[in-house]
Amino acid sequence: MIRIDSVTKRYPDGTVAVDNLSLDIPDRAITVFVGPSGCGKTTTLRMINRMIEPSSGTITIDGKDITKQPVNTLRRSMGYVIQNAGLFQHRTIVDNIATVPRLLGWDKARARARARELMERVGLDASLAKRYPYQLSGGQQQRVGVARALAADPPVLLMDEPFSAVDPVVRKGLQDELLRLQDELGKTIVFVTHDIDEAVKIGTMVAVMRTGGHLAQFAPPAELLSAPADGFVEDFLGADRGIRRLSFFSSAGLDLLTAPVVAVDATAEQIAARASKDVPYLLVTDVDGLPLGWAEPDRLTAGAVDTSRLLPYGRPFVHGEESLRAALDGAVLSPTGWAVAVDAGGRVTGVVSQQAVGEAIRTAHAEGRSDEKVAG
Amino acid sequence: MSGGLFDIPSDLQNSYWGLVGLHLREALVPVAVGLVVALPIAQLCVRLRWLYPPVLWVTTVLYAIPSLAFFVVLIDYTGQTETTVMIPLGVYSLVVFVPAIVDGVRSVPQETLDAATAMGLGPVRRYFQVQLPIAAPAIIAGLRIATVSSISLVSVGMLIGNQGALGNLLHDGQIYNQSRLIWLSVIGTAVLAVVADALLVLVRILVTPWMPRGGRAPRPVDEPEPLTAALEDATR
Ligand SMILES: Nc1ncnc2c1ncn2[C@@H]1O[C@H](COP(=O)(O)OP(=O)(O)OP(=O)(O)O)[C@@H](O)[C@H]1O
Ligand SMILES: [Mg+2]
Repeated sequence: MIRIDSVTKRYPDGTVAVDNLSLDIPDRAITVFVGPSGCGKTTTLRMINRMIEPSSGTITIDGKDITKQPVNTLRRSMGYVIQNAGLFQHRTIVDNIATVPRLLGWDKARARARARELMERVGLDASLAKRYPYQLSGGQQQRVGVARALAADPPVLLMDEPFSAVDPVVRKGLQDELLRLQDELGKTIVFVTHDIDEAVKIGTMVAVMRTGGHLAQFAPPAELLSAPADGFVEDFLGADRGIRRLSFFSSAGLDLLTAPVVAVDATAEQIAARASKDVPYLLVTDVDGLPLGWAEPDRLTAGAVDTSRLLPYGRPFVHGEESLRAALDGAVLSPTGWAVAVDAGGRVTGVVSQQAVGEAIRTAHAEGRSDEKVAG
Repeated sequence: MSGGLFDIPSDLQNSYWGLVGLHLREALVPVAVGLVVALPIAQLCVRLRWLYPPVLWVTTVLYAIPSLAFFVVLIDYTGQTETTVMIPLGVYSLVVFVPAIVDGVRSVPQETLDAATAMGLGPVRRYFQVQLPIAAPAIIAGLRIATVSSISLVSVGMLIGNQGALGNLLHDGQIYNQSRLIWLSVIGTAVLAVVADALLVLVRILVTPWMPRGGRAPRPVDEPEPLTAALEDATR
């Protein structure tokens, strides 16, 4: 556990970047520092690897004061990832990744073998090994940055806005990748971002900071969304925190209807049998079960449905895997008001109405409230 | 005295090719020494920002002193020797090297330096493993200018009695009234400068396989071109 105890950082010009900060960063979890620009996130992160020394207060790791060991030993036990990756432009990708193992005295062959292993880990093709950073895309460079930080298998990973310089699609990919890696590796990760969505998505614990270096709230993301400590945190979370909070409720509990689903080559009897008063539409799938679109039963021609005239089905959600937010999104997107549930392979497992999703949300909230009471 | 194209007067006590070798030595030794001296000076200027303007000013003033003035002072100590010619040349090279190295080292992105620090590279490792290699293109650019100008400046050594290597041929060409000698001097010096410059360009290519080439935008998906790949292999 990294314990930050009454830490204050006052720069020589008088700026107080961090003001009497105390918090415990749990092991093997992702702790996110989030807050507006200039609120002291980078300063806090850099005090952990002593790139910046606190003006007062102490930081301990497993009870040991970080100032009690040689600074470079401390730093080599912590991976560090920054915006734009900060790769060594004069070294190949493998040699970039092998930097810390080499510093730790590994021989070249072993360090490079380790580097190649990590390239695979972070999803980089082995053919990139001998390239130089300028020959990589921004997203690839960022992966190299992560691989480089992990190279010597440090217990701690410090990440300062690592994904903020890449486009949203790549960023989402990198976030998912980080979560997957974390499942495998179980590092103690301290992650800085100014993007509250990113914080909520990847954080086990989220520390919201406000300008002046004050800690506004330190809580798990679900609690942050359901019970912001004050107006500042509430504003910072943004307008649709109710919707975003749904990300923390699984869609597993939704009762799916399987009746209103027909294959594209359904017979007239099948169409008639599937149509019901409760559901004004039928979902048409292809012969493999992939969704094609909605149609009113009486507009369907048996044997060969005209797929060009189907209503769009929105974005299907993966039942059990994705959250109620995805389910609600799917229901809202479809003009029929019904969401399509699929399995991991994209095959339809059933459909669910906006009303049913709403009911599940109310149930989840009721349970969520009781959870919070238990949590204190 | 008549005869071959490269025959030169005996008072120079050297063959043409001997003069070429001498010329190179007198030109390149000061550049090498200048580089070695400039590296720590430049590093000091990078660390202590306030030091850079006065240092730059001093090197510029030194550059403005005519070599003849240097000779007058130095001749009492080092006599009519190569050393007397080489000292001002070395001093002149500083005016090129110091800013080239300072700019080169400063061009290393802050992020790269931060990453190096965070990975536990101390100041010395950071300098030799990160700053200097990344500054290499700028330093070599300075090296090219210093080398070429040094090669052309060596000729003034003839002022202190036959210490100008190829430059001595200018003097002999005049007193023996032989334009061939003057051409041998001028063209020889020019060829040396061009060849030295070309070699330095080659060195630059060999030591910086990591630089985007030909001013083209980086190509994330293409394979490196064969020449680049060959040079990369050669440098490994
Ligand atoms: N070296 C320094 N000297 C003086 N003030 C500084 C220094 N570094 C940072 N600051 C100030 O300290 C405060 C916190 O800076 P810090 O870099 O920690 O912010 P941040 O939360 O990381 O911001 P951002 O999201 O923009 O990166 C800011 O007001 C900044 O101007
Ligand atoms: Mg910052």
